[in-house]
Amino acid sequence: MSCGCKKNNVPKTYKIVSIKKETEQVQTFTFDVSLGARPGQFVMVWLPGVDEVPMSVSMDDGKNLSITFFQVGDMTTELAKCKVGDLVGLRGPLGTHYEWKKGQHLILVAGGYGAAPMYFVANEAVKDECTVDFIVGARSKDLLLYTDEIKKLENTNLHIATDDGSEGHKGYNTEILEKLINQRLSSTERQSASGEASKNTPLDSTPCEEPHSRKASVFACGPEMMLKRISDICAEEEVTCFLSLERYMKCGYGLCGNCCMDPLGIRVCKDGPVISNDICRQLTEFGAYHRDELGRKKKF
Amino acid sequence: MIVLAGILNVMELKQNILGIEFTNPTVLASGIWGVTASGWRCVAKNGAGAITTKSLWDKEHKGHPNPTIISNEYWSLNAVGIPDAGPEKAREEIASYMADHPVYPEQSRRTPLVANIVSNSKEGFGEIAKVIAELKPDAIEVNISCPNVEDELGKPFACSKPDAAGVTEAVKKHTGDIPVFVKLSPNVNNIGEIAKAVVGAGADGITAINTVGPGMAIDLKSRKPILSNRVGGLSGRAIKPVAVRCVADCYKATDGKVPIIGTGGIYTGEDALEIMMAGASLVGIGTAIWDRGEEVFKKVCEEMSEWCDANDVKDLSEIIGSIHK
Repeated sequence: MSCGCKKNNVPKTYKIVSIKKETEQVQTFTFDVSLGARPGQFVMVWLPGVDEVPMSVSMDDGKNLSITFFQVGDMTTELAKCKVGDLVGLRGPLGTHYEWKKGQHLILVAGGYGAAPMYFVANEAVKDECTVDFIVGARSKDLLLYTDEIKKLENTNLHIATDDGSEGHKGYNTEILEKLINQRLSSTERQSASGEASKNTPLDSTPCEEPHSRKASVFACGPEMMLKRISDICAEEEVTCFLSLERYMKCGYGLCGNCCMDPLGIRVCKDGPVISNDICRQLTEFGAYHRDELGRKKKF
Repeated sequence: MIVLAGILNVMELKQNILGIEFTNPTVLASGIWGVTASGWRCVAKNGAGAITTKSLWDKEHKGHPNPTIISNEYWSLNAVGIPDAGPEKAREEIASYMADHPVYPEQSRRTPLVANIVSNSKEGFGEIAKVIAELKPDAIEVNISCPNVEDELGKPFACSKPDAAGVTEAVKKHTGDIPVFVKLSPNVNNIGEIAKAVVGAGADGITAINTVGPGMAIDLKSRKPILSNRVGGLSGRAIKPVAVRCVADCYKATDGKVPIIGTGGIYTGEDALEIMMAGASLVGIGTAIWDRGEEVFKKVCEEMSEWCDANDVKDLSEIIGSIHK
């Protein structure tokens, strides 16, 4: 049954059909509904009597929608207590999503629980014959997310970085990104010099008139200081880049103005959360501060 | 033809009200997209004739937990609870806006700013009016009609003639030559009497209406109200007839002597013209942003111009308050 409304932003509650514990503090809830969400979009998740917060969709396969969340505040602490069969409100999908061309090469960079929405991107993109370098970063091995699932994806190379070196590269995931972009650039230069055809380069799979360095797209989701670093790298190397930004939200559909970013006044809920690096470069508050529920600036 | 219509649009819709130049009658309604100077600029870039800030408090004020705003195509319910960081933030944001930093090159001049103020006492209204008047906004709008803070503040001041007049006097003491609009509630027996009372107390204009109700929406499966505040103010398409009637009442009660910002369910140029015929000189737009996008201001202006051209209207004064003539 529906009210016949063409547009609707009133939450409805759905049952949790499965719960997966990803790490000590991260869980994935799957619901008995698909909202037709695309990778990068978010939903407002309502726990009746507690609060409603925006969360990235970690999968929507046309039958079920999942969210993966980190137990960090009052709402998520309560949410974490839910069991299979409990009701949670959802509204959405909301905001912009990631887009790619068929057969394109994608470099995905995920920090912390950013791995969940990035996995959704990879899962859908490989269906479009995309090739993927998937860089996952976390403080340590036991906080890595979705690595088993990523390993099972076709045409996907997994790269891991941990701060403590307990798995993969010791250091930041952005260091792997720099290495991949540099490899790619030097391979392009070699080919240009020798006049070779442009196939089978490490970071590209289809020929194109554009220089190879511009063809791959970088998508990233994670802590803002990580995104800022990625923004700088991609701007410097002239690589197309889209970033998932996060701001405090109330309505989630462009009315309240709480998630506006300085100085352009764009709304992260409506004009984002997936925002091109060209726009991010114009946002003076990006990587500098965000605003709390009262609209007050809080430095990162 | 299109170019010509474009030129005519500007001429037809321009008005000088209380000494303020409005390039068109659309005004961003308070509470929508109005938290920061950058948000105001973005709405101005999208063609609004004036911007109203979200309500500014004399001290920090927390709002309600989410869910605070829900909508379908007929209505919205909101109980945000008027969160605000207080005067320090207001100073920073208003100063930034008034300094007119050129963020969007296509904006040739700064769009007028209406600073909306709120408090829980007459003294508090005086305090915040004093702070805000020093920042020299183009106008001040006094929110005495929010239905979403009743648990905390009791019945809105807009529900009583002496209270509404008392707040108006307290504000006017500090505002000098800055025009003051008082924003009224539709949830009263006779809005005209309240309008008359605030104008008698010195209000230069009226904004009508704040949200209707309050209303409630319930989730069937969980059997619980959706808004954390349980109830919230009703806005959107459904409330336009109430807004039109309230504007007509206010205009009649004040003999059309003060300008009215007609707000409530305005989505199209025809909606705007309708509420102007009831007596509004300016037209508030808020909830419609969700439905028609941020371009709604431009769209409403184009639709108004088209209608005026088709119906041989040369000046908006022919329209305003026409039902009373």
